[in-house]
Amino acid sequence: MHRRGPAFWLLTGFFALFVLFLYGPTITITILSFQGPSGGLTFPMRGVSLHWFGNLFEKQMVGDFSGSFQRSIVLGLVTMVVTVLVSFSAGLAFRKRFRGSAAIFYLAIASLIVPSILISLGIGLLFRVMGVDTAWYSSAFGAHLTWTLPFGLLIMFAVFNRFDRRYEEAARDLGATSWQTVKHVIVPILLPSLIGVGLFGFTLSYDEFARSLYTAGTFNTLPLEIYGMTTNVTTPVLYALGTVTTGLSFLVIALALVSTIIVRRRRERHGSDAGKAA
Amino acid sequence: MRRVDAWVTYLQVAPLSLVFLLFLVVPIATIVVVSFFDYSTTQIIPAFLLQNYEELLLSPVTWQTYLQTLEFTVITWALTLAIGFTIAYYLAFYVRSATWQTVLFLVCTIPFWTSNIIRMISWIPFLGRNGLMNTALLKMGLIHEPLEFLLFSDFSVVLAYVHLYTLFMVVPIFNSMMRIERSLLEAARDAGASGWQTLWNVILPLCKPGIAIGSIFVVTIVMGDFVTVRLMSGGQTASVGLMMMNAMSLLQYPAAAANAVVLLLLVLLTVGVMMRLVDIRKEL
Repeated sequence: MHRRGPAFWLLTGFFALFVLFLYGPTITITILSFQGPSGGLTFPMRGVSLHWFGNLFEKQMVGDFSGSFQRSIVLGLVTMVVTVLVSFSAGLAFRKRFRGSAAIFYLAIASLIVPSILISLGIGLLFRVMGVDTAWYSSAFGAHLTWTLPFGLLIMFAVFNRFDRRYEEAARDLGATSWQTVKHVIVPILLPSLIGVGLFGFTLSYDEFARSLYTAGTFNTLPLEIYGMTTNVTTPVLYALGTVTTGLSFLVIALALVSTIIVRRRRERHGSDAGKAA
Repeated sequence: MRRVDAWVTYLQVAPLSLVFLLFLVVPIATIVVVSFFDYSTTQIIPAFLLQNYEELLLSPVTWQTYLQTLEFTVITWALTLAIGFTIAYYLAFYVRSATWQTVLFLVCTIPFWTSNIIRMISWIPFLGRNGLMNTALLKMGLIHEPLEFLLFSDFSVVLAYVHLYTLFMVVPIFNSMMRIERSLLEAARDAGASGWQTLWNVILPLCKPGIAIGSIFVVTIVMGDFVTVRLMSGGQTASVGLMMMNAMSLLQYPAAAANAVVLLLLVLLTVGVMMRLVDIRKEL
């Protein structure tokens, strides 16, 4: 549509700089996390080693890294599963007009725009007033859901808007019950989007700091642990931690992308999976 | 049959409603209630006092902090909008193949899935006194001693905001741009509009919903932020969020709650104004 004039190259240059801006710092700390044992927080590199990664797993050095890492992963996985199930179910409901639908929709929007610290503070205060201890698996879990569910719901809206209801009607005409329609028609067709919602759920929870602050209780989740480290750790062990957590995020993204592509490919080869399952 | 359908619908939406009720509505209500409570050094005492609000609103520190936060918000909003719009414009109108569009879009969005705190820390080796930026500038002879304002300053706070949140502009604006009928652009060109005129009179007005959604995200996040200010300013700059955190660490929960209510009202007011420009439900 556009000829590749000067504007094209100018914008391409701008885009390249933006990508460099996005990734440059992450790449830098990844390199620096392999500092030799005598290296510091900035260049030059004094040798190359895995020293700081080893350091990460010694409990007394940097607090409870392994424990908080495990808690964050468990919390992320549970949040992921719950986010997918709850948003999918709500997405089904929102295809019809029902009383209160507008109110629930605006609650979801409110949940996105109310600053995280207020949610954190509110839940923390609520538990205190009720005399219940906050914990990562109760109050923090709820706080994370208020962040992941609106995203999940909005994605489900977008997805169902593009969903061809004739598949569903065809299934019903062929005698499928509602449950069979959901299981053998809707879920297989929407699988890539559901994977996307799951990805959202896991990573948003895994990286959430503000909403965990007053809700996690005695045992820290990983972002809280990292935040604590930033104020009292001045060695590259901080970067090693950054490399490990970013690596895990990338792994999750890659898994989600690959599984989406596999689903698409299978579909191209066999047609839709819908109705193939016994 | 109809009645059963209605029940099924309510059952389907019940878990979502329950989560919002328990972890959004009730906690916010708790904040409002507690903001009127009295407190001593050790506990909070149920009461109905306006004192927390009086102390908050009569203190010049409060006003300075709110102004500082608003300043960060406006600067960040302007920068993320300018950069986000340009990036979205490039992706939507200059990248021709759909595959490349998807790939480049993913390249822009992937950092969103990684830890914000780690991404903030990542600036240290760049901006520090002995960091890459200073080293490079010194070597080029542009400066004679390291620049101090690069790290732990208002500059680094805004830099981190732009780094973290431009994506929130790119995605909705890109989405708006992809919905623009390409024939409209041809029509504009046939009618003799220059590239700039098309951009200004056709594309920009049609992107308003995307711009509004992106702005809502960026503005609300920056207004409630405390982590970025805390980490990137090295504790030298205040923000409303930090003010609340300080009150919390002194166990002055009602004071923090009163501040939270004021911030919430300010956020809702801002968003209310922006929502007038766009019907979000239509945009999905």
